[in-house]
Amino acid sequence: MSNTFLGMPTLPVFGSGNLNATEPFPKAAHRELGNAQLRANLGHATHTIRDKRLKVVAELPDWEEMRDAGSAIKNATMAKLPALLEQFEANFTARGGIIHWARDAQEANEIVTGLIRATGETEVVKVKSMATQEIGLNEYLQEQGIAAFETDLAELIVQLDHDKPSHILVPAIHKNRDQIREIFLREMEDVDPGLSNEPARLAEAARRHLRRKFLTAKVAISGANFGLADTGTLTVVESEGNGRMCLTLPETLITVMGIEKLLPLWTDLEVFMQLLPRSSTGERMNPYTSLWTGVTPGDGPQSVHLVMLDNGRTAALADEMGRTALNCIRCSACMNVCPVYERTGGHAYGSTYPGPIGAILSPLMTGIKSEENNSLPYASSLCGACFDACPVKINIPEILVHLRGEDVDSQRARVKVPTQMDLMMKGAEWAFSDGGHLNLLEKGLPLGKLVAGRDKVIKKLPGLAGKWTQSRDIPAPPGQSFRQWWAKEHRAPSGVEAGESAEGDQA
Amino acid sequence: MSAREDILNRIASALRDSPATPEIPRNYRRATTMTAEQRLEQLVDRLRDYKANVFVVPAAGAPAKLAELLAGTASIVVPHRLPEDWLSTLLSVGKDDAGSPAVEVDSPERRLTVAELDAVDAVVTAAAVAVSETGTIMLDGSPSQGRRIISLVPDRHICLLRTADIVEVLPEAIARLDATSPQTWISGPSATSDIELERVEGVHGPRTLDVVILT
Ligand code: SF4
Repeated sequence: MSNTFLGMPTLPVFGSGNLNATEPFPKAAHRELGNAQLRANLGHATHTIRDKRLKVVAELPDWEEMRDAGSAIKNATMAKLPALLEQFEANFTARGGIIHWARDAQEANEIVTGLIRATGETEVVKVKSMATQEIGLNEYLQEQGIAAFETDLAELIVQLDHDKPSHILVPAIHKNRDQIREIFLREMEDVDPGLSNEPARLAEAARRHLRRKFLTAKVAISGANFGLADTGTLTVVESEGNGRMCLTLPETLITVMGIEKLLPLWTDLEVFMQLLPRSSTGERMNPYTSLWTGVTPGDGPQSVHLVMLDNGRTAALADEMGRTALNCIRCSACMNVCPVYERTGGHAYGSTYPGPIGAILSPLMTGIKSEENNSLPYASSLCGACFDACPVKINIPEILVHLRGEDVDSQRARVKVPTQMDLMMKGAEWAFSDGGHLNLLEKGLPLGKLVAGRDKVIKKLPGLAGKWTQSRDIPAPPGQSFRQWWAKEHRAPSGVEAGESAEGDQA
Repeated sequence: MSAREDILNRIASALRDSPATPEIPRNYRRATTMTAEQRLEQLVDRLRDYKANVFVVPAAGAPAKLAELLAGTASIVVPHRLPEDWLSTLLSVGKDDAGSPAVEVDSPERRLTVAELDAVDAVVTAAAVAVSETGTIMLDGSPSQGRRIISLVPDRHICLLRTADIVEVLPEAIARLDATSPQTWISGPSATSDIELERVEGVHGPRTLDVVILT
């Protein structure tokens, strides 16, 4: 099937839910930086994962070949997304699964609520899922009188503490063992009061706390790491076995998955199940991976639903420069290597998706005009570490720069009156568009000397340039430009004026 | 317009520049370069790294090994098509000795309930295939491995594996598996690194994983 689009082009429809920062990044970052405990915990954690990742990646002789394949597979997925979605739907449905489509967070929440209501249950167990966090499902269910229990240890810690995740892989990365013990003692009613801060004891407390819930749960909610179009198979990657519990024991399983999570072929999983665990936890393989295709009679949930979520993904797809952000497999390698993330932590980004990928994905999904998210593309030093770490080779720095440009354009559209910066840029455009223009300007160089005075330093300039000189001095410009000097030194015998031969010099 | 049509339209509109579909370069390793002995050695090493207990025994020694591992265990569950000789061993272990485990067989005719499974101490299953490079054992729900639930709820999983089913790299395993069968890929006992990234084995899944490799 061809993707040739014949209809009326629609304007991008942006996403909603927990994609927006509640305050601009610089402000939030400033506050989070004041939290020394947070920074110590984060520094330790990101460095530990970083080292583990490097070790297991170095083990494979074909890591780069795998990245090339992964990147190409995801680009191919996006290029033929409509056909793949229909293929996935046909396969999943043929085996008894039921597919629902949700344009945005609200619609997805309503669908899930409706499905839970139909079972008559008021409690559900949940396995860690970015998509349901993005749409704010837990909060929505609570308003509807349905209790959602997070079962991933880190998510449980965060939920018990009424906090928010700060890392997509280790959501409680900002808490240390003493803080976790304190949360358990305070919030788990069945906890042993003699609980120590040893990680093994804390994990055991979580096992006891959740065991009965798992064994009696009738409805579970999950996300999915991959959906395989040619077979209609869904995949969940995890460590603790809470995922297996949720995906196997209940009668009803409701999965929420972004439309970009597809892979064309079952065979493609051989690439992604090597890229993902090594990039995310720095393990050769994660302890458990579950795969299911619709309903298996007698094995696992007999009522299986999938909610396909847009919520701004199509808007990201419409951005030709930015669409590769949708290739993200949520491994979190980019945040673990990011010097900005390492210091501010995930909360400063506001959105469900923090770190370098969040800085591009959130504004792509909400639109750069979203007030709070327009500062996100600036939350980077453009050092490029994220690009090198990314298993699917998303060029995050390039997209950051592209979004900064979009932001500047949108700000400009908002003010209408050209700013001084605009005028300066316009001036530069004029100057550099033609050698003759530049020649003319360069004649003014000696004027700079006048402004600078005897010490050859310009201390204060008017207007916007004045802001620049508030905190730094500018050396006075030389009496002649490089071009003038060059022309004098290499005067063409035919008498060609420097300005006229300049076109070819602009390499 | 339905949400489905709406979303498909939005996608088509987003792709109106008709981006090219790239060729997929599959230049990564897709077949083993190791001998069977090397694969076995690698698998043992990787599984132990995950804190699984690994035993390599000749096929004929399987009954004795199982009896040894199950000494002192009150009850176990097995899938109904566990290979004949393994099953008979287990059943005879159960019969002969008052101190040996009661064996429950989970079959399409009699499926154990969650509560019944929660009451047994261990599960014994076969495996479909294993990947030595990553230390991964794959179960695909076939009758020798049983329903997913039986290898999940008991706190100890004893998994029997034939050396012929050990491959080196993941693509080889993918080629052997049927995508649509309900699968569980297992790389060590359940674990978490959620607390200060310190790995702790044993959370919700079986806290003990014993792998018996039959040569
Ligand atoms: S952008 Fe790349 S490195 Fe970052 S989470 Fe996504 S896949 Fe991983």
